[in-house]
Amino acid sequence: MKKNMRYKGSADYIVSDELMNSVNIAIALQKPLLIKGEPGTGKTMLAQSIADSLDMDLIIWNIKSTTKAQEGLYVYDTVQRLYDSQFGEADVANIKKYIKLGKLGEAFTADKQVVLLIDEIDKADMEFPNDLLWELDQMSFYIPETKETVAAQQRPVVIITSNAEKELPDAFLRRCIFHFIAFPDVATMERIVRVHHPNVEKKLLNEAMEAFYTVRNVPNMQKLPSTSELIDWLQALVVGGISPSKIKQDLPFLGVLLKKNEDLDNLLNQLYNRGQSRGNTITSSLNRYRV
Amino acid sequence: MFTEFFYYLKGYGVPVSMNEWDALLDALEEGMTGASLTTFYYLCRAILVKTEAHYDRFDLAFASFFGDIETPEGMPDKIWEWLDKELPNIEITDEMRRNHRRIDFDEMKKMLAERLMEQTEEHHGGNHWVGTGGTSPFGHSGYHPEGIRIGGESRNLSAVKVAGERRFQEFRTDETLGVRQFQLALRKLRQFSSRVEGAKTELDLDATIDKTCDNAGRLELIWDRPRENNIKVLLLMDAGGSMTPHARLCNQLFTAVHQSNHFKDLKVFYFHNCIYDWLFHDPYCRLPDYTDTEYVLRTYDPEYRVIIVGDASMATSELTRAGGIIEWDLYNDKPGIDWLRRLRRRFEYSVWLNPIPKSMWEWSDGFMTIKRISEIFPMDELTVDGLDNSIKKLRTRSAVGVI
Repeated sequence: MKKNMRYKGSADYIVSDELMNSVNIAIALQKPLLIKGEPGTGKTMLAQSIADSLDMDLIIWNIKSTTKAQEGLYVYDTVQRLYDSQFGEADVANIKKYIKLGKLGEAFTADKQVVLLIDEIDKADMEFPNDLLWELDQMSFYIPETKETVAAQQRPVVIITSNAEKELPDAFLRRCIFHFIAFPDVATMERIVRVHHPNVEKKLLNEAMEAFYTVRNVPNMQKLPSTSELIDWLQALVVGGISPSKIKQDLPFLGVLLKKNEDLDNLLNQLYNRGQSRGNTITSSLNRYRV
Repeated sequence: MFTEFFYYLKGYGVPVSMNEWDALLDALEEGMTGASLTTFYYLCRAILVKTEAHYDRFDLAFASFFGDIETPEGMPDKIWEWLDKELPNIEITDEMRRNHRRIDFDEMKKMLAERLMEQTEEHHGGNHWVGTGGTSPFGHSGYHPEGIRIGGESRNLSAVKVAGERRFQEFRTDETLGVRQFQLALRKLRQFSSRVEGAKTELDLDATIDKTCDNAGRLELIWDRPRENNIKVLLLMDAGGSMTPHARLCNQLFTAVHQSNHFKDLKVFYFHNCIYDWLFHDPYCRLPDYTDTEYVLRTYDPEYRVIIVGDASMATSELTRAGGIIEWDLYNDKPGIDWLRRLRRRFEYSVWLNPIPKSMWEWSDGFMTIKRISEIFPMDELTVDGLDNSIKKLRTRSAVGVI
């Protein structure tokens, strides 16, 4: 591995110093980097950014609840082999032909070093991370059918994301570098938004951000709006041609920010009650959205 | 010094192991900290801490371990700006070392104060003014055997300050948290049916294909036993008046238990202060709507995991005397404590969760009954950590002592 390889962030992804540090530690120590954080804080984007900045290919392994660790290594296509043997279309003696490498296998056999993203590892079964311990540690695995060992030519940079739906086993955690992406503060958020909407009006942005953080601070929300929702919301505001002065008053397109009915009700309730005591005008306009 | 930090972290409840410590030492050997305490802080945290729940403990440990490293505070901002410049390394020769008069710290602080008064512009290099490089005792990146470093790479104060801010306090798991956290804890309560018992009802596709291949294409179906969670849960909740302050917390637990659809069976009953002959079906604890406790004791198999939620706070008579029940229209001919003992003997996998914080148990109104009941049931406080603890106990049969 090249000693001087350092991740410095890329043009379309704002990275905090802390996160940059963690990425570089993981690269230098050749350990997987486990990223946790609120949904929508750019965990998945990070891998893309690392790949771009280090000029490597990105291999994404999306984990679902049914994913088995074995699938990441290789799949032995027995049905195809059976089929071929019955119809005599190919040489079934060569088992190798029926071994299909999974994403992990792909990353190991790549000629150039790659970035491997194991996305949302917590979606899989509880035992899933345990099944990958050896493979991630040694960066190699054995295929009994062909008596071959697949070993990484260049240890891939492994990024693992988790939404904390399940606790990960200690043995797995011990092998990772851990980083928790905190929710960005206002200044960072502004930089992030600027990357996605470089031409958005200053006034519109300020008003929208203020409204956004107000919504986030409403107590008892179940699903807080996050960065990606703010970016979508701004897009909606721009496309909808909403005048900046109206944003805080009307909170248009609330459905983009809040995805749960309960949250919408909650927000309107809070504003409504507060409004009553203060005689605020927000409420009258907000009531239009109460169905 | 570092080894001490290792035990320090353990003392603060950050579970570090030799593995991670080794990795940290490797990283230090590779010079990844760049001699800055801030980078060191992030390096330690990335390698040693594996969950945001422990960030706060780590911050505390770090702040108190490295807290006595200080840099002068209250420097004029302009000085910081002057110092905020990169410079090439300078060669240090013996001659330079000799040239420097040793100055004691107090004298130096005085000198620094005087110089701050006199200096009006940026300086880089040179040997007198505050600036970067050079051999003046003040500034950074320069050389002076005993100088005062101002800013530059070793931003000691800021690391300790970052740690001191305790930004991750809200992630502590010993705080009481929401439904989701409870759910996560409850997910640990599972036990798969073993592959040796039960009916073979699931088509084992892989084995079928293998077998069919072995038969050179003649189909042969292989069946297997499904893997499913075997855990059955019996939740008993106190709905008495003294529980009202904890209603929100209990609600969260209740929601979490209900949403956990991985249990094979879930039964919920309510009681008022203590368990007697009746287990009620709703929190109002009204008479016609109940199941006999006797019936539950006889028919529910001992594999049920019993979670009792209650403040265990009542008048001693409610627990120990026949007829001690708080309801006017009911009479119990066996004292509540007998019922509790019988429950405990029947269900060896059982725990008691108490919404009153553990630190208050000895001081709260119900300290007498809390003590008596915690001798019967393993008791934990109703927090995420407490629930975690209890779940661990529920997974293994805990010994029932003489009760």
